[in-house]
Parts: sequence; structure tokens; C-alpha cells
Amino acid sequence: MIDTNVSLFRWPFRRLIGDDPEALVARLRRKGVTQAWAASFEGLFCRDVAGVNARLAEACHRHGRNFLVPFGCVNPKLPVWQEDVRRCHEVHKVPGIRLHPNYHGYKLDDPALARLLGMAAKRGLLVQIALSMEDPRTQFPLMQVPPVDPTPLADLLPRFPKLRLVLLNAGYWGGATTPHISRIRQAGNVWFDIAMNERVGGLARLIAETSPSRVVFGSHYPFFYFESALLKVRSAGLPRDQELAITEGNARSLLNGQS
Amino acid sequence: MILDRRTVLKSFVAGFASAGSLAGAGNAGVAPGPGPRFRIWDIHTHLDGAEGDTPEARMAVLVRHMDRLGIERVILSQGYDQYIKNPTPEQVREENDRVMRAVRHFPDRAYGSVYLSPTNVEFCLQEFDRCVRDGPMVSVGELETDVRCNSPALDPIVERAISLKVPILQHTWIRSNGSDPGESTPYDLVELARRHPQAQFICGHTGGTWELGIRAIRDVKNICAGIAGSDPTSGFVEMAVRELGAERVVYGSDAGGRSFASQMAKVVGAEIPDSAKELILGGNLRRLLQPSLEAKGLKS
Repeated sequence: MIDTNVSLFRWPFRRLIGDDPEALVARLRRKGVTQAWAASFEGLFCRDVAGVNARLAEACHRHGRNFLVPFGCVNPKLPVWQEDVRRCHEVHKVPGIRLHPNYHGYKLDDPALARLLGMAAKRGLLVQIALSMEDPRTQFPLMQVPPVDPTPLADLLPRFPKLRLVLLNAGYWGGATTPHISRIRQAGNVWFDIAMNERVGGLARLIAETSPSRVVFGSHYPFFYFESALLKVRSAGLPRDQELAITEGNARSLLNGQS
Repeated sequence: MILDRRTVLKSFVAGFASAGSLAGAGNAGVAPGPGPRFRIWDIHTHLDGAEGDTPEARMAVLVRHMDRLGIERVILSQGYDQYIKNPTPEQVREENDRVMRAVRHFPDRAYGSVYLSPTNVEFCLQEFDRCVRDGPMVSVGELETDVRCNSPALDPIVERAISLKVPILQHTWIRSNGSDPGESTPYDLVELARRHPQAQFICGHTGGTWELGIRAIRDVKNICAGIAGSDPTSGFVEMAVRELGAERVVYGSDAGGRSFASQMAKVVGAEIPDSAKELILGGNLRRLLQPSLEAKGLKS
């Protein structure tokens, strides 16, 4: 099983079981995960993104070689963010990057994002965009961060046909009712994880609206209980081939660039 | 289709095996599911969010998903619409009728809980009598009203609940981005519960912002924490057990707007003893409902 939505280190407003990389790896292995795509919570809050990515790569190597796959952080509103992309790709050898536009203060129609997506597509880097991290109703009152509005992607995605984009934490708070979400879902180069997919029958609905090949397993662990995503798959009543595709095959194809 | 307990457990075992398959070949694949050892009852379920043209059809959808996760029974309330502002007596009656239709069709999988709006107390009491005293319903709520629950308007309803020994599920939220007018908080429920120490309350959602909700209700022993209807943020159930004791934590989902899966994960994924999970997933709820079920000759 491949978990495409894991984060390392501390969340500033709550101690999480599994916020130590070694403990996280041990727990995920026990839960049946064979590979986890890991970004860093630090990336949301630190301006020294290069330092964040170096620590992430080191932790993945030290605690989860052949298990934790680092996804670097890039903030296209920082000076010389292009150097962060280069280091992610050439120094840390990451297969992809994870973006947090709401925590970094830009919208998806910002020209800087288009430049970043173009650079990522050119280098063959996977791009994950986390549409939200937390229910806005429960956020720390002095740090209110609304979810990302994915609407601009409808016009942006066709400009980058070689881009492989994964939307994380889409659904309950990440734009299920956003205008143009159906166009975004129908684009051929966007995938969805299931961490914030909600409602009874929600996963089956997401598959019907997209494709069984464009839904990937993502837990948002350790912020969420891992079992939330796992039980969603179990309770969806999927055919065996779809279950395997979502829990492993689609992510593997994405990582291998075969999608 | 009506399932007996044996059928439920068989589906549960199948689900458990399926979790193993999800773990992938050649992997230790510890299934994180609750296993067949727990009897799972859900305090907080609605017909809202489940697809279907009739209450029976919507309940069938819920039952299909319950079977896959081994949920034996749900307590159903509020019918199709959780969010009616200032509901008329006709609307309240219609929603309760929908619940009773669904329960009548699946008597082994659901009990009903009466929906009331204390904006019209006299009607509330009549509806309570129709659905609970003289009808099949076994509890009160989810109360999700336009009146905050610390209002004296709630007192006659609570007194009626005490007289029949039925628990009350009260919606609560603490929103850091601004509360809705009339929406109750755990602090409001504490006021109500202190006025009625004989009553049993379940704090719906534990205020959503559960670190605050758990602290708010900690010293008021006739309030349990209902864990339904919020993101499955890790640590919720561990903190509730630590601060309240496992006997004061009650599993619920808020399905169909929420998935059974995400809400059950809060218990299944919590690092607490199995004995605590057993209480939270159903033991506590059956204890709270025991007087009501016994009085009606219903199964627990």
C-alpha cells in the first residue's frame, strides 16, 4: 500500500502521535504501508525552505530509506525559488514537490504558480497541491487559513499537458462545491487523494466523477488517524482491481511516470 | 434486507480480511479494523447525505455501508434535513416520520431519536410524547436548534427526558472562525446539564474543536463526549479517554454527511486499550439506552 499524503515533524498547534520520523515509519509499516510520500510540516511555516528540504531529505534517508519518498517544499513567492526546485531535483533527488498555496499566501491564478508548474513539468517532477490542512472551524484562532480555491486550475491545467498534478485533501473542505471542479476532475493530468473525501459513498462518487485510475490513497497522517483513509477504501465496496489501483497501482504508475 | 447479528458478524469478518488484503502481498499487513470482537452502535446518524428517494431507500444505503464496517446499529435522527432554521411543527413531524419509517423497515439495524425544536415548547412536548412515550423512539436529539441549549426553553424537554430515562444528544460547536447565531457550545450544554443532574447528555461533536470541548465538559459527569462529525484529527479520542475516562466517550458518525469510516477511525486508530474501544464503540451507548430499551422491550 502506498500512502501519498504523509507529513514529517511537528505540527505547531498539537502534538501528534507519529510526529517523530522513526515512530511514524514504524507505525505506518505496522499498518501495512510499503511506501509513504512524505513532505514536511515545517514547509508551511519556515521561510528557509532550503533548510526544510535538507532536513526532510536527511530524515527520509535516515529513518525510511526505500520507504519514505521525500516531496520537497517550494514557495514561489520567495526570492530565487527556482533554486529550491533545482536542489529538490538535483541534490535531494525528490520525485515531486508539495505546495501549500494558502499557507504561502498566493492563489492558483498567480503567475508565479504557472511558472513553477512549467518548471516542474519540464523536469518531470510530480506536483502535489494541498488544498487544505485542517477544518477552518477548528484552526487556531490567531492563524486562520482558508482552503485553497482550485477554480483557476480549470484554465491552468490545459497549458501543461505534461504536468502530473495531485490534489491532496480535496473534498470536504477543499473545493467539492467549487465552480469548475468538474472540469478540473475531468482533466487528464490531475489525481485526487482521499484523505478529506467525505460522506457515505463519497469514495465511489469521486471515482465515478473522475476515473478509477486517477484516485490515490492518501491518509494525511499523522494529522489524521491513518485508519480514516483505510476504512474509506474498505467501506467503498470496490472491485478488487480498483481497490488495488487506488491503494498502490495508481501511485506507483504516477511515480514511475507511466500515467 | 434485515440482517441478524450472525450476518453482521460474518460481514464484519469479511471486512477484516479485506483490510488485510489492502495491506498488500508480502506485507505484515496488520488490519487496523475493529475486528469482530466489538459490537458497534452509532449514536449520531441522519438520513441526510445518503442517496435515495424514500427513507427506506436511504436507510438501505446506510445499512450497506454499515455492513462493510461491521456496524450493528445506528441511532437515527432528524430525517432528511439537519439544517432547517426555525422548523415549523409540520416540518419537525415530517422529519420524525421519515426516521420512524426507516427504523420500521430496518428494526434490527436502527433505533429512532426524536428531533425537536424548543422554539415551540408545547409542540415539542406533544412530539416527544408521540415519538418516545407512545412511539418507538428511544432518545432525544440530535437537538440542533435556533435556540442555544442553555435557554430555559430546554428545561421542560429535559424534564420529560428524565421522566422516561432517555438520553439527549445535543449539537455543539466551537468555531474559531465565528459561530452561527443560536448554535450551542459545550459551555451552554454544561449550564443545562448542571441544572439537570438527573439527565444524561451526549455532547454532539464535543464542540468540534475538541481540545476545548473536552475541557469544558470534564467536570460535569452527566455529559458524555460524542465524537461524531468532525475531521478525524489524531489525538481526539486519546485526550477524551485521558480526561473523561473511556466510559464517558461515545462513538457516532454524523453519517451520511460524514462517512462512517472517517469517524470510526477516531476510535479504531486511537492508541487506547481494546477495553476502552469496546466501551466507546457501543458499550457506553447501550448502557445509556438501557432503561429506555428495557421499558420498550427492545433489544440491546
